[in-house]
Amino acid sequence: MALFDDVRNIIVEQLHVPPEKVMMEAKFIEDLGADSLDTVELIMAFEEKFDLQISEEEAQKLDTVGKAVSYLEGKVTT
Amino acid sequence: MKRVVITGLGVASPVGNDVSTMWENLLLGKSGIDLIKAFDTTNHTVKIAGEVKDFQPEQRFEPKSMKRLDRCVQLCMWATHEAVEDAKIDFEKYDRTEIGVIIGSGIGGISIWEREHEKFMNRGPARVSPFLIPMMIPDMTSGYVAIHWGLKGPNYTTVSACASGAHALGTAFRSIKYGDAVAVVTGGSEAPITPFALAGFSNMRALSRRNDEPEKACRPFDNARDGFIMAEGSATLVFEELEFAKKRGARIYAEIVGFGATGDGYHITAPAPEGDGARRSMERAIREAGCPKESITYINTHGTSTELNDKFEAIAIKNLFGDHSQKLVMNATKSMIGHTLGTAGAIEAVVTILSMYNGKVHQTLNLTDPLPECTDLDIVKGSTRDLEIEYALSNSLGFGGHNCTLCFRRYTP
Repeated sequence: MALFDDVRNIIVEQLHVPPEKVMMEAKFIEDLGADSLDTVELIMAFEEKFDLQISEEEAQKLDTVGKAVSYLEGKVTT
Repeated sequence: MKRVVITGLGVASPVGNDVSTMWENLLLGKSGIDLIKAFDTTNHTVKIAGEVKDFQPEQRFEPKSMKRLDRCVQLCMWATHEAVEDAKIDFEKYDRTEIGVIIGSGIGGISIWEREHEKFMNRGPARVSPFLIPMMIPDMTSGYVAIHWGLKGPNYTTVSACASGAHALGTAFRSIKYGDAVAVVTGGSEAPITPFALAGFSNMRALSRRNDEPEKACRPFDNARDGFIMAEGSATLVFEELEFAKKRGARIYAEIVGFGATGDGYHITAPAPEGDGARRSMERAIREAGCPKESITYINTHGTSTELNDKFEAIAIKNLFGDHSQKLVMNATKSMIGHTLGTAGAIEAVVTILSMYNGKVHQTLNLTDPLPECTDLDIVKGSTRDLEIEYALSNSLGFGGHNCTLCFRRYTP
């Protein structure tokens, strides 16, 4: 779960939310108070942390914590 | 035509992060100019500025929202919070489509611009923050104040370099006078103390290089002056239509009665010879005020401590007022605060209003050897002076040849 911890830390820092709110099913916009610019910045922070590129098409699908985690797991382990 | 009064004041300044601290320090003759702490100035020729000290916007606002704002807007939010509290106005009780926000800024979010440009150069376009543009644009001051307080009347930002704040107040005054709004939150904000901006101003040879004596560096109207001192800060004022203010029982500091704006049409940075544009802006402000020029008691000068400004402003005053110029009392707030650029006109309007309200004018720090054009002018020096003021002017003159004068009148119910 090291990857989840990293993702959660980024979300907590970027969106200023308490860690316990960052659950797998939480939606960035509806549940964690992000606006459209926050989500762009969040994706950029993931790219930075995990040293990868996320296309805009892919990024648009990542609207929950869980989707982001599984996407990143797939990219980081391969 | 409506009458317009001032009911709330707020500041973040190099000599105090609230109005009463700033005012006390000005009366005591304390300088806010010191060695720059914000960044390493080793490679800079100029190492001094007027910084806002111990500024912690998180004390008043949610940290997440502050992270999304450049220091320019953070300072503005800080000052506006104080002004709104001071005016004791609960906006929710009124029709907020009739309440505007007009705040000036000369530069806007230059620190975010520098930070993101460095990322862009070193790591490419994909790393540039999506918040770059909303954080950088100078109008986010007016925009964010309106968002925070839900104000939906006229909303924009005035940009005229060092006259931006004064133009904001002038247009806010006219908005209410002509019936476009019942109240306007107005002012100026600037946060220009960054490595890049300091280099630019310094290479113009516009700044004082008296690094070894920061408190003595700003000396408006003094023969030993050698340039202005960059400073940051913000000032916000609440302007209201007189009857609206009276109806809600507001405390009234003063009335604003004139706004003069002119252009030099002359040079990108140098003022027109003999301060011709400044003379005409004072003339226009007095014309709108509808008072004889002999009724002006006090002028808060632009007084920057540069070679040309101080000389030409003094000549402009003498050319306009003739014999009455010897009876006028003047001072230069920048001698202690430094030059807050787009904030200067707003912060000096606050000082002008406080001078009128309290019957006191602060000294012009470091004025010991007045330049020849000023030997027959009464520029307050040495200590604070008691002065009853009926009408006062505040001058602001900006690079580009933008001249602005505001005229205030003491309010008597």
